[in-house]
Amino acid sequence: MSCPNKSPTLVQLAGAPRELPQFWRSLEELAGDPDFAARLAQEFPRHASVWDESVADRRRFLQLMGASLALAGAQGCSSPPPEAIMPYVRQPEGMTPGVPLHFATAMPRSDGAIGVVATSHMGRPTKVEGNSLHPASLGATDAMAQASVLTLYDPDRSQTVARLGVIATWGDLLGAIRGALASAPKGTGVHILSPPSTSPTLARQRAALIAKYPQAKWHSYEPAGRDAARSAAIAALGEDVQPVYRFEAADVVLAIDADFLCAGGGAVRYAHDFMSRRGVESEGAPNRLYAIESAYTPTGAAADHRLRLRPSGMEAFARSLASRIGVPGVDEATPTDGAYAKWLSAVASDLQAHRGRSIVVPGSHLPASVQSLVHAINDALGNVGQTVTFIAPPAGETVDGASALRELTDALNADAVNLLLILDANPVYDAPVALQFGTALRQARLAVHYGLYQDETAELCPWHIPATHYLESWSDARAYDGTAAIVQPLIAPLYEGKTVHEVLSALIDPAPMSSYDLVRATWQEAFGDDFDMRWHAALRDGVIADSQPATITPTLQPSAASGLAPSEADANSDTFELILAPDPSIGDGRCANNGWLQELPKPLTKLTWENAVLMAPADAQRLGIETDDVVRLECNGQSVTAPACIMPGHAEGCVTCYLGYGRTRAGRIGTGLGFNAYMFRPANGGYVARGAKIAKTGKRSELARTQKHHEFEGRNIIHQATVAQFAADPQSVLPAAAHHPLPSLLPDVPYDGFAWGMAIDLSKCMGCNACVIACQAENNIPIVGKEQVVLSREMHWLRLDLYYAGRPEDPEAIHQPMLCQHCEKAPCEVVCPVAATTHSDEGLNEMTYNRCIGTRYCSNNCPYKVRRFNFLQYTDEETPVLKLLRNPEVTVRSRGVMEKCTYCVQRINHARIDAKKSAVESGAPPVIADGSLETACQQACPSEAIVFGDVNDPKSRVAKLKADPRNYGVLSELGTQPRTSYLVRLRNPNPALG
Amino acid sequence: MAISVKPIAEPPAAAELHGSPGSPVLAPGHTFTSVTDQISAIVLTRGTTRGWWVGFGISLFFVNVLMVCVTYLIATGIGIWGNNIPVGWGLDILNFVWWIGIGHAGTLISAVLLLFNQSWRTSINRFAEAMTLFAVACAGLYPLLHLGRIWVFYWLLPYPNTMGLWPQFRSALVWDVFAVSTYLTVSLLFWYVGLIPDLATLRDRTQSRVGRVVYGILAMGWRGSARHWLRFDAAYLLLAGIAAPLVVSVHTVVGFDFATSIVPGWHNTIFPPYFVAGAIYSGFAMVLTLAIPLRAAYGLQDFITERHLENMAKVMLATGLMVAYGYVMEVFFGWYSANTFEQYVVENRAIGPYAPAYWALILCNVLVPQLLWIRRIRINPISLWVIAIVANIGMWLERFVIIVTSLHRDYLPSSWAMYYPTVWDWGTFVGSLGLFFFLLFLFIRFLPMISIFEMRELVHRTEEEHDG
Repeated sequence: MSCPNKSPTLVQLAGAPRELPQFWRSLEELAGDPDFAARLAQEFPRHASVWDESVADRRRFLQLMGASLALAGAQGCSSPPPEAIMPYVRQPEGMTPGVPLHFATAMPRSDGAIGVVATSHMGRPTKVEGNSLHPASLGATDAMAQASVLTLYDPDRSQTVARLGVIATWGDLLGAIRGALASAPKGTGVHILSPPSTSPTLARQRAALIAKYPQAKWHSYEPAGRDAARSAAIAALGEDVQPVYRFEAADVVLAIDADFLCAGGGAVRYAHDFMSRRGVESEGAPNRLYAIESAYTPTGAAADHRLRLRPSGMEAFARSLASRIGVPGVDEATPTDGAYAKWLSAVASDLQAHRGRSIVVPGSHLPASVQSLVHAINDALGNVGQTVTFIAPPAGETVDGASALRELTDALNADAVNLLLILDANPVYDAPVALQFGTALRQARLAVHYGLYQDETAELCPWHIPATHYLESWSDARAYDGTAAIVQPLIAPLYEGKTVHEVLSALIDPAPMSSYDLVRATWQEAFGDDFDMRWHAALRDGVIADSQPATITPTLQPSAASGLAPSEADANSDTFELILAPDPSIGDGRCANNGWLQELPKPLTKLTWENAVLMAPADAQRLGIETDDVVRLECNGQSVTAPACIMPGHAEGCVTCYLGYGRTRAGRIGTGLGFNAYMFRPANGGYVARGAKIAKTGKRSELARTQKHHEFEGRNIIHQATVAQFAADPQSVLPAAAHHPLPSLLPDVPYDGFAWGMAIDLSKCMGCNACVIACQAENNIPIVGKEQVVLSREMHWLRLDLYYAGRPEDPEAIHQPMLCQHCEKAPCEVVCPVAATTHSDEGLNEMTYNRCIGTRYCSNNCPYKVRRFNFLQYTDEETPVLKLLRNPEVTVRSRGVMEKCTYCVQRINHARIDAKKSAVESGAPPVIADGSLETACQQACPSEAIVFGDVNDPKSRVAKLKADPRNYGVLSELGTQPRTSYLVRLRNPNPALG
Repeated sequence: MAISVKPIAEPPAAAELHGSPGSPVLAPGHTFTSVTDQISAIVLTRGTTRGWWVGFGISLFFVNVLMVCVTYLIATGIGIWGNNIPVGWGLDILNFVWWIGIGHAGTLISAVLLLFNQSWRTSINRFAEAMTLFAVACAGLYPLLHLGRIWVFYWLLPYPNTMGLWPQFRSALVWDVFAVSTYLTVSLLFWYVGLIPDLATLRDRTQSRVGRVVYGILAMGWRGSARHWLRFDAAYLLLAGIAAPLVVSVHTVVGFDFATSIVPGWHNTIFPPYFVAGAIYSGFAMVLTLAIPLRAAYGLQDFITERHLENMAKVMLATGLMVAYGYVMEVFFGWYSANTFEQYVVENRAIGPYAPAYWALILCNVLVPQLLWIRRIRINPISLWVIAIVANIGMWLERFVIIVTSLHRDYLPSSWAMYYPTVWDWGTFVGSLGLFFFLLFLFIRFLPMISIFEMRELVHRTEEEHDG
């Protein structure tokens, strides 16, 4: 079956009519009304009364289901959870219909939670924003957090406990588990597999489980984990510690294959801190970033200097650098070419000139040897304790994930597993192929899978428990720096999901406890006598005060750098090193069924909906391969045919394949896209496979890229300058023409009240895509699917244009957020025959969807091509659960109408109404304080590159930025007078590298 | 006006009217009766030929193709076509402009040549007008079909409504609505008024009862009295006066659709005259495309003589040269503007991904028509017919080049994309061709394709000149 998760309830219901009452009870929960069932029976007495297993035919079922779902919709939505949760920001006396509430919670991730504030419309969470009090967020978010609301309402989520794919009850399951446990009193043969978790409650439960069943084994495994970082820390620093960086204090940063701006639990915070030292309003002198990497990443794009290097060269570089810095016991590797040597010495001297004010960041996937050298380098530079501090890993005691998984596989193969509980992991899909995990799994006497989806692993486990989404769960989680936060639910579980705490409680506690009680119990001790007050504060703020763990100052082991043998270089030039990296959009595959993330163009390829073989232009030319050519990739005895995609700036001699694709049971969105790159993964969990061969097949397959032309052709689109040039003559960073407004035949319109405008600092944008998904979530923007993307019909109101400058082998990548420019003299407005797009008296270019007849002339006449047309009925108006997702303040568009960025006019209206109301009360003119009104993209942006506000207010940030000599309008020579302007991208190159 | 008597084969009137020697506009030896008999026989007595049935059947099939395409389009959306962002308009508007262009010859021949007293127009004006009507009908489909929400097309019209909304008159698309609907109305009136005396002839001559009733109603009581003729001549001339400016206005407004935008490659002041010239060029090409086979099929060589073919070829040559001038000027302006975007459009047309279309267009519209300088080619029906077809293809390509190559790579390179028509685009296009020929086949079967009364007038004038 191609879409195994399609309407699981339907399939299951037809097969197991006996379980139907279970299903209806859950819908009743969805409706949140105890009278629901009674009224359903009244409304459809005939169907309801004759409903028994003998008449459970499909037609009858569909009739009833359709009617009931309509009722459920009419009922409104699910209620808030029964336990007391604390509203954030506003605390109304009761729920005011139409006024959204905001609750602080946290999105748990194994590499560190991010604190969010979720917006709830009548009990439905529709949007998450960053929590400004949370250290990992500071008010911003990333794309994955923004997209998490879509996962909540994913119709393919697993909805009930299932046994062999058929609906079962929680009670049946408990019976089965207890039976298995009873036969193993000490927990012999009991195995639990889960990804590392930062939840203190889970850690407590885990300890309790091991205490109760001493023989039980807990295996911690994450496909894209930090095993190598852990072993490096143990080797170099003597203990398992995790670094926390302070980029705001660093003048010089060297990233060694580390995408610290966009990947990892601290990325949002790091991007904020790093970018606070860039741009006009930067505090302190501008910083400088060197990046050395194989595939192009957003961090490389933000770098002032980027060196491309294949993975096998990383260690030699680190070794040479360590030797230059003066790390004892390291011999410099012989430099191979002049440019490399020059680069190396420039970096080394720059770092040495900024001792204690620099950071060297290694990618956490790099071999332990490289990371150990980096620990030594940071130590030698005196950065430890200044810009680099260490804490105990937030995920608690960690283990080597790859060996943990191997142990489990061995136990399975030895037929020694009585009970296997797989918590929120999908090893059948993402374990290295060599382990043959899927085959081993069949040996388990009782295997239970717990997860959001009935995925590849669930298919091979007899039992499945649906997980709750974090917006439905009580839990707790630590951030990248160890700060804890309570995860509080915004909505009662939509289906019969259980939290992981409830599942474990059923194993441990004599009387299973609710996760609310479990989480409270965890913090009871820490909060002490003051519990209620501190609990409420923790819920309200979204962070637990003073929960950050103490900083550890480890001592560098003398053997840190010297004890390592130089790794052998790959001498064979016919083969490639194959880099296996988590996908920038969908991560390790967990988010594969999230349509927003699937359709999110990957930052440096603009590829959507699939993965490809990314390769350097020189290698591609040598092999005669062009983008869209299908190639055969062979490595470690595995092979795959997939389209190639040329990535300018990719290192030669290696190719990159993103993980997370090739899912076979992801759901209707994610199944069957791309290829599964995990098959090439070495059994030790490494990120590089050696000896890959690539051959052209002669076939072609068009990749769904949203942008295919990456040169800006010298047009007035992108302007760049150096910090030094700007300091010498601020006017010189732009061509002279840009400083003079053009005359216009059209009359100037005065704007007396507010005049909204936006300024985007290109120095601060790294292309992380958070704004794109934030816009999509805020504005009910549909996804269109791969075929439509190939036809250039994607709907994103805000896109990130990617331009390359310089030589194709070694280009600079520049990201430019492109959205409606809200031109004062808008070309779209004059050509619309029905006045569907017009100008507001606050300077907004507004789209009246209801008036639009769809001539598309406005789009033809838009020089920025930011208008999007509903060529087909893209919005899914059928799936009931997706209706809950929509922002009620934004019109849902149907086919045949044009749409585009509105500057989040619903937020402007909200702010204006509030301002007017308080103005009536106070008698003063309405004021919207600068900064109190943010567009969705601005709010999500980690680096604060987007600034929005009233340009009529000279004190507003946006007005100040627009007065900056770096400010320019894209294509302003057309006389469009765009309200959205850009600030010249300033770079801070090292003069020594010219 | 009298000049020396020429051999009988060359009626002096015609020679005098055109100031050049050549074949006559009416073969010698025709009388009122023979003209009336021969033309009305096609409708009344000759019956339905097998060739007609075959042609009608094929065109009916394509009408059904059109119906399927339109039904699926309205049910599903514009997405079934190849249009995208940046290429918001594709084959839809392309075909609109192409059909409208074809629809230009009719009015030009009927109205403008009438006003200029060019008697050679007489034998071709009727079906040229019919062709115009059918072409405009096909053209009119596309602006409707290309709407994302066709069911609210009437919002384009200025009518009082409870929504308090009014069209946005700065948009050239609103001008289009008026230009095209005016053109359709006036062309229809002009054609119908011109048909009235002939409808009366058919009414009088038909053997069938149904024919008598239908033609009788359509003839509106025409008795051919002097008073009728007096009124008729006045009305016909007035309508010609009204219709003449439309020849220029319609395609000027269609040119404005593009010229008033800021898209590089569209934003050209030369567009209105260049579009009009192109329209006349394509219109005459289509008249030739239809006249040559019809003439052969129905033995109308006496009425549509070599003289007609040659004159139409000359018009094609002249307007073709104007069109070629337009192409040269587009390139020149691109260079002379010193504007990167305009320059890029010229470059992209010549060497970009759609370069084959551009060079094929130059071949069809600039190089091939130069053959018309040769008289032998002008009067040879077969070579002329081939050239006319080539011109039709060339004009289609011209609109493709203007619309698609301008849009697919405009200002921001990040948005550049390719446009490929889908099977539904082509289906709609061949469907509209089917509709056109479907209507044309009905026309030649049920209405006189050559104006009988005007031919009689021509006989009379020829005789008069001859006798005089």
